[in-house]
Amino acid sequence: MELLLEPLSYDFMVRAIITTALAAIVCAVLSCWLVLIGWSLMGDAVSHAVLPGVVLAYIVGAPFALGALVFALVAVTLIGVVRNTSRVKEDAAIGIVFTSLFALGLVLISVTPSQTDLNHIIFGNLLGVSIPDLIQVLVLGVVAFAILILKRRDLTLYAFDPTHAHAIGLSPRRLGALLLGLLALTSVVALQTVGVVLVVAMLIIPGATAYLLTDRFHRMLVIAPVVSAVCSITGIYVSYYLDTASGAMVVLTQGVVFAAVYLFSPRQGLIGTRLAKARRKKAAALQAA
Amino acid sequence: MTAPAILVENVTVHYGEVLALDSASLTLETARICGLIGMNGSGKSTLFKVVMGMIKPDAGRVLIGGQSPSKARKEGGIGYVPQSEDVDWQFPLSVRDVVMMGRYGHQGFTRRPSKADRAAVDEALDRVELSEYADRQIGQLSGGQKKRAFVARGIAQGATMMLLDEPFAGVDKRSEATISRLLRELASDGCTILISTHDLHAMPALCDEAVLLMRRVLMHGAPELVLQPENLAMAFGLDVLNPNAPERTHPAGTAAVVHSATAAGTHPKNRG
Repeated sequence: MELLLEPLSYDFMVRAIITTALAAIVCAVLSCWLVLIGWSLMGDAVSHAVLPGVVLAYIVGAPFALGALVFALVAVTLIGVVRNTSRVKEDAAIGIVFTSLFALGLVLISVTPSQTDLNHIIFGNLLGVSIPDLIQVLVLGVVAFAILILKRRDLTLYAFDPTHAHAIGLSPRRLGALLLGLLALTSVVALQTVGVVLVVAMLIIPGATAYLLTDRFHRMLVIAPVVSAVCSITGIYVSYYLDTASGAMVVLTQGVVFAAVYLFSPRQGLIGTRLAKARRKKAAALQAA
Repeated sequence: MTAPAILVENVTVHYGEVLALDSASLTLETARICGLIGMNGSGKSTLFKVVMGMIKPDAGRVLIGGQSPSKARKEGGIGYVPQSEDVDWQFPLSVRDVVMMGRYGHQGFTRRPSKADRAAVDEALDRVELSEYADRQIGQLSGGQKKRAFVARGIAQGATMMLLDEPFAGVDKRSEATISRLLRELASDGCTILISTHDLHAMPALCDEAVLLMRRVLMHGAPELVLQPENLAMAFGLDVLNPNAPERTHPAGTAAVVHSATAAGTHPKNRG
């Protein structure tokens, strides 16, 4: 108990835990759709491509989220243009666009005074979360979360069968755009926690973990955020006691839990399914005897 | 006189330089079952997309029950049963979840299902005889059951027109008969059904009419007539009803045959 409470006596730790849990939950909910649509690479792209937007927003003193949204939009548009108007395939188009924009962001950082602050965008600065940072994450996180939950059925329909969505008069294009917009928003939320480079982990691992544990989407929407929040808070505690990089520790914890589920999930796990099979065999043998 | 269920008039569609539909025309009256046959690349899926309004034709017009496709979609009249390979069967949804998606057009902003929605879903599941599988994950159904699940979605939707893309691919003979019977029932209730299929054997029993497509409508008439070997040769270039015949993949030869057939213009395009 002492072990759990001690870090909480520091304000910066409390802020870190609240921010992380919030970012973890929002990212995890979004990740459920991303892994099912096959947009993991898109998540990677958008979360990196927002960097120049965030830096420019910092330079002109605009909200980070605004810059991020603009550049997420730019990235998605460029990817679409390169894919549709040349013979370059989508994965290559994504790779070209997001690395170029990310590089642009790094260049902007290098020419902007007060570099320390901006380097935190790349690797996250969990322990240095200020009150205004916390409020921004809170507002953006709650908005993104609310939209995701309210529109979850439409988004699932879009992920599963966009043609049917079209056939009943919905606009798959608009639903896709909504999801991308939320992806940009969520990237900003997670930037603070783990930084641009590792955001994609928060946007993919929880959904993938939940997908291995259930074959009902509405359960994924519960499992992913719970697992992600628990992992993230655990990660922070571990980093506190082992004195390691906090953002990286959060992601590492998520990775370890995914590995465990991958191996031991009773439904899909590599070892779990074999154990279940062995048990069934044994039961059958007993019955026969 | 009521408007036809589907009216496609001189529709031309290009994909870049490729001509997918060349001034195709098709009229389908209400409560008819129409089978669409043609080679791969003959424009079957393009015609579907045009009817659903997913593609705007370069020329010509499409009316669904006398209305524009977008209006027909908004009214929830168009049901769609996708080709098996277009569906992610691992997707974590139950059969009931999928059928409920047919109700979204009837629901509010968050698509929260009402009592009426649940009742409609139960009824649709019952109709296609999948009630006992309602809580299975969709991938855990047999080929025929999968198709019926999507037909149930159209029923729950209250679709007055259903488009089925290759409904008999990967479906055994018994399920094929079940699906055919189900579609006949729906048609007798007033649902107009357009099927694209490679399964020529099932056609005469199932369809009221058949359309032979090769970028344009080569023939439209009773299945027995359209399925005459010499007519099929026109679209496929080979004797497709003969099981011993080699695979029907002779694009060069086919193109030549079709070219001469259309150029001669001697083949009937009856029924309008």
